[in-house]
Amino acid sequence: MARESTLKNMVLTLASITLLASTLLGGVYVLTKSPIDAAKVAKINSAISKVVPEFDNDPSSDKFIKELNGKKYTVYPAKRMDDIVGYAVESFTTGGFGGRIVLMVGFNADGTINNTSVLSHTETPGLGDKMVEGKSDFSVQFQGKSPENYKLLVKKDGGDVDAITASTITSRAFCDAVTAAWEVYKLCVDQNIKKEGQDE
Amino acid sequence: MSKLSILTKGILKENPVFVLLLGMCPTLGTTTSAINGLGMGLATTFVLMLSNVVISAIAGYVPAKVRIPSFIVVIASFVTILQFVMQAYTPGLYETLGLFIPLIVVNCIVLGRAEAFASKNSVYDSFLDGVGIGLGFTAALTVLGLVRELLGSASAFGIKFINGDGILVFILAPGAFIALGYLLVLFNKLKTKIK
Repeated sequence: MARESTLKNMVLTLASITLLASTLLGGVYVLTKSPIDAAKVAKINSAISKVVPEFDNDPSSDKFIKELNGKKYTVYPAKRMDDIVGYAVESFTTGGFGGRIVLMVGFNADGTINNTSVLSHTETPGLGDKMVEGKSDFSVQFQGKSPENYKLLVKKDGGDVDAITASTITSRAFCDAVTAAWEVYKLCVDQNIKKEGQDE
Repeated sequence: MSKLSILTKGILKENPVFVLLLGMCPTLGTTTSAINGLGMGLATTFVLMLSNVVISAIAGYVPAKVRIPSFIVVIASFVTILQFVMQAYTPGLYETLGLFIPLIVVNCIVLGRAEAFASKNSVYDSFLDGVGIGLGFTAALTVLGLVRELLGSASAFGIKFINGDGILVFILAPGAFIALGYLLVLFNKLKTKIK
């Protein structure tokens, strides 16, 4: 049934199959590239609008990068009538139980946490994934708190955060990411004060 | 073998999960909820269907010694296409299934059907076989996912009907083995009764 396994036959068959496959893949890649990018942007945008107060600009086009301890964080400023009403900081930690957790943390202009939204995680379903907004009250406790006087550590470590039952590692990682976001937020605010000083 | 029996054998007589015990990695890994099981099953069905058709069409031209690499390239291409399409149009599902989508490439059910059925049968029969086995896989994953979700998080297809948590172990890895074990017993009991 099959052709003889001579070297020439084998090389020709494999070459043509891989050529066809790569052409096909290239085509599909080009076709799906823009919907994939659109889906990513839509996800970021919906997370931003969840975590910051109402705004009328396009935070994803105003975004900028901040560096903290050698790590890069993306910041999305939310503005209304050109006044900054809050910042959404895309923060992350690698300390989760399942590895990397990416969060969007929103701050009000007065420095309090407005809301948080989990962008991606690999925590255990039913345990660690309770940190995702809507799945439990864990993320609610951060709302309206200012890290200035609210210790971003789980109670076991002497902080103010109620950890998720049986998911202390996840809770610690979550606090870690929020703390990083807070540091980045402070950098943004400092920079703004300096800028205004120069203007005057 | 009649066309109908080619289609239906994958669901009961040769169910890939409950009878052949193939493809255990995605079976145990993705079935934390009924929706995830269903999604994974349908994704595999899609790949299985297309790869069976293409492999049975090209099998006559492929020299025996490079058979396996050729089949793998075909399967991998379809998996990558699936990955692009899911990322573009169902990003939510893509994220939950994540790692397991690329792993369809090495799912032994897909290569197993290519070797055992598609390379020896007509294109149409291979298509039916792919659909049948795929549906069997989907059904098994959905049932396993449903059982684990019912016991583990007290909900079905994402709809919660009891407040509070379920028996957590069923969501975790050991629960997958326990649930699968009992389902195997039930399924085989059912099968012998039908016979």
